Amino acid sequence: MNGNLYLWLIPLLPFAGFLINGILGRRLPKSLVTTVALAAPLAAFGVVLNVALGVFGVGGTATSLPWVQTCPLPWISAGTLHVNFSFALDQLSLVMLLVVTGVGFLIHVYSVGYMAQEEGYARYFSYLNLFLFFMTVLVLAANALVMFIGWEGVGLASYLLIGFWFQKKSAADAGKKAFIVNRIGDFGFLIGMFLLLANFGTLTFSEIASRLNANPGWQGGVLTVIALCLMLGAAGKSAQLPLYIWLPDAMEGPTPVSALIHAATMVTAGVYMVARTHVLFDHAPFALGVVAIIGAATALFAATMALVQNDIKRVLAYSTISQLGYMFLGCGVAAYSAAIFHLMTHAFFKALLFLAAGSVIHAIGGEQDMRKMGGLRKKLPITFWTMTAAVFAIAGFFPFAGFFSKDAILYAAFLQGTGGKALWFVGVVTALLTSFYMFRLWYMTFMGESRSPEGHPHESPWSMLGPLVILAALSVCGGWIGIERFAGFLAPAVGARVTEGGSASLEIILSIVAVLVALEGWMIADKFYRRKPERPAQWAALMPGGYRLLFNKYFVDEFYGAVVVKPLLGFSKFFLEWVVDVGILGGAAWLIGGTALLGGAILQRWQSGNLRSYAAWLAAGAAAVLLFLLVPWTAVLANLPAIHLGLAGH
Amino acid sequence: MSSLLTQDVPLSWYLLLSAALFSLGVVGFLIKRNLITVFMSIELMLNGVNLSFVTFAHQWHAVKGQIFVFFVMMVAAAEAAVGLAIIIAVFRARATLAVDRIDLMKL
Repeated sequence: MNGNLYLWLIPLLPFAGFLINGILGRRLPKSLVTTVALAAPLAAFGVVLNVALGVFGVGGTATSLPWVQTCPLPWISAGTLHVNFSFALDQLSLVMLLVVTGVGFLIHVYSVGYMAQEEGYARYFSYLNLFLFFMTVLVLAANALVMFIGWEGVGLASYLLIGFWFQKKSAADAGKKAFIVNRIGDFGFLIGMFLLLANFGTLTFSEIASRLNANPGWQGGVLTVIALCLMLGAAGKSAQLPLYIWLPDAMEGPTPVSALIHAATMVTAGVYMVARTHVLFDHAPFALGVVAIIGAATALFAATMALVQNDIKRVLAYSTISQLGYMFLGCGVAAYSAAIFHLMTHAFFKALLFLAAGSVIHAIGGEQDMRKMGGLRKKLPITFWTMTAAVFAIAGFFPFAGFFSKDAILYAAFLQGTGGKALWFVGVVTALLTSFYMFRLWYMTFMGESRSPEGHPHESPWSMLGPLVILAALSVCGGWIGIERFAGFLAPAVGARVTEGGSASLEIILSIVAVLVALEGWMIADKFYRRKPERPAQWAALMPGGYRLLFNKYFVDEFYGAVVVKPLLGFSKFFLEWVVDVGILGGAAWLIGGTALLGGAILQRWQSGNLRSYAAWLAAGAAAVLLFLLVPWTAVLANLPAIHLGLAGH
Repeated sequence: MSSLLTQDVPLSWYLLLSAALFSLGVVGFLIKRNLITVFMSIELMLNGVNLSFVTFAHQWHAVKGQIFVFFVMMVAAAEAAVGLAIIIAVFRARATLAVDRIDLMKL
């Protein structure tokens, strides 16, 4: 019934772009590099769109989901373990694919303008295409191992792009930090996979789900352990407590990279993974609760840190962590469709926020400190209006996209008993903080007097403004589809939306509360940064301890440095380096080498250069061989006792 | 009538002579210092071996032994040519033929 959907084309097109630009990019003219770099994601997006049209029954190939495409060659076949390289398309992966390739393409277009003056233009685009390749593999994966390929691959692409300006030590360090912190999460993912193999004998998501659905009584136990391991992986990738520390540093990368990888797509991979394995989590209520609590805690924690940051990209980074916390909260209260809904709208408005911030940074000559911005509203009108749309969207104002998705999560949390109400409260407080710090950014950047030393800020080229406008439209309209319809569409993949104990009036009341809270955040920001600009300093002086705590990000980096990094470094230095490396390994090497040297020193005396000594040894050798051949040794040895005892004659 | 002249010389006499020649060659090779004398000692060893070849060929009525001897003589002739050339070259380079002094390959 289903025609060939050419799913394998979706990852392979960006991969081809990566190969062409990665290998030949330095020699190709810039226009050709641009063409290849843009054609690859556009073609992939086209394939996805064709599939989507088929799914929605509007045109293209008529398709029924879920639909699996397996590589005809087996990948791993060892004993009872069989893993194939297979892709699965269902409602969940389709939504993700649309977001990844669509937003990905827009950010590629933006990058053409943003990176135009950069040295490693082709290198940048080859990395970006590589990222899209791995991300689509991750999304399309039908089993955990294929997903792991994409999972590691996006980590690699992220590392390469954070460290894109590798001459800068801070950028290179940030890349390493991201990679190493992600390793901790990947460790959890790996253990989870091993446990899945041990308990299910398969890594294919659909088989695991059907096995679990066949045993509704199988709850907790090893499933909790597996779910917690997977959650550790997701927390690493999605920058949740306690592994969020890499994301703010990842802002060292180019701004479009922050938009694509560290806001819109890669960091949502953890949420996607939880949604993908949701059957497992549904059978492990404890793990689900942990996911919800971690999500809510991260949302609040990161939002407080965003309050006092002065670097525009860092504010957005903490805001990303906070929003990812919302998504985890959504997953944790089993509102997977709401989490994915927020993932989608967040991809729109957060990508837009980063790109607009990039446009601002571009306009004033690379300055990222908001204290040196201000008054840019008139100078950068398009950037201003698009960013305004994004700010209203993230703050959760009706009818912007963020309103619908955030409310869906908070509503789902509210329905989950007393604990759920506490989580809802945390979510609402976070919404207040979110609204405050976003409007703070808005005021500091665009309003008031210009504090920039750059005299003539210039609006960005249209290759950058075009994506901004499209994303702004999506940030406004992206939520209008409504959670009902969205959840209905996703239901076959992630389960139906739970609305027990809720009612339409309750939903409306909660929405009004959320909007009022957002409005309050705006009002506070307005007071602090427009009407009474001396207020922030007064408050900081009023609570010096609290301010320092926030400003230094709760000293978490320092804490990890002292508790984890330093002991590890010390252990590596003194035990691994001096004892193991120099002592044991080096000692063994020296022992072997020394033996050879000593043997050589003794044997070299043989090679005296004296011809006659050689000849003498030769003769002696020949004599020895003769002796060996001519004497009947076996007989002699057999008779040795007799000879010795003088009995030979008898 | 068997006199000493008509009687066959016993096999062992030939072999003893062969062994004596070979041993003389070995001893000469080992104790002589002059390169030419050493070279001559090698020839002596070769001819000692040749004699035993001929002896056995005669004893077993096998012509192979004789053929071997021809091969050995041919190789010895070639070796003499090359060896003498080397000796002359060495003498020109080092102005000596004492084997103890020709130790370029010593470590």
